[in-house]
Amino acid sequence: MARQLMGLLEAIILAVLAASTPLLLAAAGELVAERAGVLNLGVEGMMIMGAACGFAGAYVAGSTLVGALCGMLAGTALAAIFALLTLGLAVNQVATGLALTILGIGLSGLIGAGFVGEKIVPAPQLHLPFLTDLPFVGRILFGQDAFVYLSLALIAAIWWFIYRTRAGLVLRAVGDNHASAHALGYPVLTIRTVAVLFGGACAGLGGAYLPLAYTPFFIPGMTAGRGWIALALVVFASWLPGRLVAGAYLFGAVTILQLHAQGAGFGIPSQLMSSLPYLATILVLVVISRARGTLRSASPASLGLVFVPDR
Amino acid sequence: MRKIVVLAAAAILAAGAGVDHASAQQKLKVGFIYLGPVGDFGWTYQHEVGRQYVVKELGSKVETTYLENVNEGPDSERSIEQLARSGHKLIFTTSFGYMDPTIKVAKKYPDVFFEHNTGYKRDKNVATYSARFYEGRYIQGQIAAKMSKTGVLGYIGSFPIPEVISGMNSTMLGAQSINPNIKVKIIWVNSWFDPGKEADAAKALLDQGADVIMQHTDSPAAMQVAEARHAHAFGQDSDMIKFGPSAQLTAIVNNWGPYYVERVQAVLDNKWTSGDVWGGLNSKMLLMAAYTNMPDEVKTLAMQTQAAIAGGTLHPFKCPVIDQDGKTVECKGGTHLDDGQILGMNFYVKGIDDKMPGK
Repeated sequence: MARQLMGLLEAIILAVLAASTPLLLAAAGELVAERAGVLNLGVEGMMIMGAACGFAGAYVAGSTLVGALCGMLAGTALAAIFALLTLGLAVNQVATGLALTILGIGLSGLIGAGFVGEKIVPAPQLHLPFLTDLPFVGRILFGQDAFVYLSLALIAAIWWFIYRTRAGLVLRAVGDNHASAHALGYPVLTIRTVAVLFGGACAGLGGAYLPLAYTPFFIPGMTAGRGWIALALVVFASWLPGRLVAGAYLFGAVTILQLHAQGAGFGIPSQLMSSLPYLATILVLVVISRARGTLRSASPASLGLVFVPDR
Repeated sequence: MRKIVVLAAAAILAAGAGVDHASAQQKLKVGFIYLGPVGDFGWTYQHEVGRQYVVKELGSKVETTYLENVNEGPDSERSIEQLARSGHKLIFTTSFGYMDPTIKVAKKYPDVFFEHNTGYKRDKNVATYSARFYEGRYIQGQIAAKMSKTGVLGYIGSFPIPEVISGMNSTMLGAQSINPNIKVKIIWVNSWFDPGKEADAAKALLDQGADVIMQHTDSPAAMQVAEARHAHAFGQDSDMIKFGPSAQLTAIVNNWGPYYVERVQAVLDNKWTSGDVWGGLNSKMLLMAAYTNMPDEVKTLAMQTQAAIAGGTLHPFKCPVIDQDGKTVECKGGTHLDDGQILGMNFYVKGIDDKMPGK
């Protein structure tokens, strides 16, 4: 019995890790863009483009790595359109982001149409001779695919960049007060463009994770709203990288646990469980705005504001 | 500039809605509205196969058009009207959510005939049609009970609507006819289509001891999980053997072609009348994919059951049907539940130890 429970627990943790990874990847990129003061609501569109192009690349080249690169490229390309419009032409960020999602969903359907119904070999999982065979912790720690490790490394790198480098300090300054940063001589729009492109690459990679590792086939619309959860996750994490990891695994755990709770016959309404990530995000937003002392937040002061440098 | 983005997006979306014009004049124009892409290998794909059958059979007399990826709701009304306005005399709207828009457009175009799939609202120029999916599920229940070593089936549900509930009940009644103690674990994913979540649900069911997976959702994700985990599963809407060559036992395949040809012919002969058709294994509106990955003995049993249901000697909901609480359900059809009871089914049969959401 105890052994069965351990087995079930291991299975749940493995599923949570897989379910959280695309959220973490996409949210990590969005966090950087938002810390630079740009609100890109097109995450869902960039993710689904990443999924379509990632699958196409992996199918044609027969390689997960090529697929992942194609996914990142597709996300970056879409983000470039966003950057051109909102930063180059100072168009409203919210409207452009929403349009980007619509564009991404339509375009990915077109690109992916020829690949629907095809199969690829899923991303390989790490196997270390002795470590992976350890009971319980073996597969959890040493038996994941590259995306899982990469997502965690990415967060560590982002944390180090934002808090430990001069460039990260400038990025934060741009996000908090673009006028001052500009007055100090920093290239606000260039920094923001790079942040947006980075966000696009991460979203594309997160999207590509779905057809490359999660469910190895492509179907239009397969991101099924994960981009919106990633956006909510950034707010939930109050723009802090450490909290983003906790949030991603929490959101992933809620998704997986509610499925297990249903299978085990606990009478918890599945609709309520499905809405928990969003309810939690609203709660965090309320706490942030009502009691600033209770919850540390790094909400960028210039988030979503248009900046046109004076000449 | 913002406008340009929206326009570009609209252009891309419009490009996704493929239009297939055959040419020539005086041909009867027949339109189809699809929910998903024609390549979804599920629901919409099967309707597209039906359309192609019409072209094959009556190609010299008809010209067909389809619009794919049409969202349910207001968007669909515009699409249906677009077909009606452009001279289509017969329009098939192939998803439940097109029901009210179809009725609305039909009132504006009394000379156009409409056929709405899986709905219940009809009019002088609106007929409805659907398939008796539950018949196939009964056979699947029997196969599942034979094939399961753990005696636990896993069922992935979309939404607790009568079509899905009657499928679960029919599966359970079939399974109980083989193994009275069979258990089922049910997970609702609250979506018709979310491959990631469907895969997670399949994994959760397998992790909890189920070894045969049934689904009433649209993607092949669960089939793929079953394949990877060396378990068994059933395809939904269309043959999914490609995604589970050693996992798929059989699949319910929706076969709309013959019905479409019949209705198009009726318009050509000026004999079209409104009505409601609910076809099953008998009329071949529902087909079973090849019985695979099972011993011959189980295959024979499945074929016998299929023949018995098609021949009318076996009804999945033959009386007495006992509900979850042990009460006998009123037998309105004489020897079995009547169609109204199946179409409005909102109870679990005995043996399902689960609580229905919202009850």
